[in-house]
Amino acid sequence: MSDQTIEMIIVRQEDPDSSSYEQKFSIPYRSNMNVISALMEIRRNPVDAEGNNTTPVAWDASCLEEVCGACSMVINGKPRQSCTALIDKLEQPIRLEPMNTFPVMRDLTVDRSRMFDSLKRVKAWVPIDGTHDLGPGPRMPEAKRQWAYELSKCMSCGVCLQACPNVNDKSDFIGPAALSQVRLFNAHPTGAMHKAERLETLMEGDGGIANCGNSQNCVEACPKEIPLTTSIAALNRATTLQSFKNFFGSDNTA
Amino acid sequence: MSSNREFLYRRLHSLLGVIPIGAFLIVHLTVNWFAVRGREEYNAAAAFMEALPFRYAMEIGLIFLPIIFHAVYGLYIAFQARNNTSQFGYFRNWMFRFQRISGVIVLIFITWHVWETRLAAAFGAEVNFSMMEDIVANPAALIAYIIGITATTFHFANGLWSFAVTWGITVTPRSQQIATYVSIGVFAALTFVGIRSILAFVGV
Ligand code: SF4
Ligand code: FES
Repeated sequence: MSDQTIEMIIVRQEDPDSSSYEQKFSIPYRSNMNVISALMEIRRNPVDAEGNNTTPVAWDASCLEEVCGACSMVINGKPRQSCTALIDKLEQPIRLEPMNTFPVMRDLTVDRSRMFDSLKRVKAWVPIDGTHDLGPGPRMPEAKRQWAYELSKCMSCGVCLQACPNVNDKSDFIGPAALSQVRLFNAHPTGAMHKAERLETLMEGDGGIANCGNSQNCVEACPKEIPLTTSIAALNRATTLQSFKNFFGSDNTA
Repeated sequence: MSSNREFLYRRLHSLLGVIPIGAFLIVHLTVNWFAVRGREEYNAAAAFMEALPFRYAMEIGLIFLPIIFHAVYGLYIAFQARNNTSQFGYFRNWMFRFQRISGVIVLIFITWHVWETRLAAAFGAEVNFSMMEDIVANPAALIAYIIGITATTFHFANGLWSFAVTWGITVTPRSQQIATYVSIGVFAALTFVGIRSILAFVGV
């Protein structure tokens, strides 16, 4: 048991500007390991499969229970969270790559600003700040709360952007995660006060909702099983109606 | 510059693919079917189409301009994607890829087809049964037609599916699934009509 090893191939990169290369690692097996604990083992003893000393592999992680999304990377070809990727369930050699839809900072760490900026752009929140107590908000119908709750499970991991063929260096597409958040906050009774504004953000400039090409990879890839393609189609309907309201005129401006 | 450019262009691209281009495709394939009924019937139908009032206005406004916009903007869309069917081999991702590949094939096919028929007609050739007979007498041309027709019907049928999503008609996974079945039916029916008609010109 003790001489069993885990074979890994890691795509590494020194800094954002240098080119990537592969490095093989062979680390001692322990039971119940996940990809994070394997990476910790490399950090403890940074030696590659040939026995040469190397720099420890850089990666991100925080919650270690698949709720923060920070540890997302491409594992054996699939973007997913490394904290819930169990070694025993992975085919070896285990191939780790950064989610290269985002700028790679170093090794497996990426800069997900593209997604966070999008969330800011669409105002993915309910504005309640005021100079006086606004009191309790309106109630939400239970049926709506149920599906909205599913959308609220998004942890901004970026897996759906990595899976999308239209989110890339040639396009500004906002991507599925922020789109679905627009549907979530437009469904909220208080959030709905900014409904038109959010929809118009998706219709303005480049890279809005119209950039979706319906490959539907996002809904297959999302670890939280968020109905992203339903959200996108629902927003397609909402933006269609909004564009009619804007052009022909409507008193229901919000 | 209008800030709504991309949304407008994308929606226009989607709309034009169905109305008028898709509608024109169905009319075109229907008229082609006269070839199955025989030489005289086909020539009479071609003559009727040629004699329609406002022919040039309709050709330009309902066919040429919409197709040119759809093609040029479609190429831009196609080359914006980074296809990843090797990592994500799902049905819809393949359809996404095929939609882009078929679009490029259709563009090449239509350019050649218009050159050989409509432009030839503008230079004095007569569009009739014998014209098509002569073209597809060459086996390579016949194969090109069969590929071109299939790519066109695929692009239209699958485009109908994404049209329904793009305009927010099919929102639920179930309605999208049923729309997939409908689009497969449309593809099968139109491909049959198209290929059966072209084979009429080689006497099958
Ligand atoms: S929608 Fe799913 S895949 Fe996309 S960022 Fe949120 S949790 Fe991750
Ligand atoms: S560390 Fe938070 S999701 Fe993996």
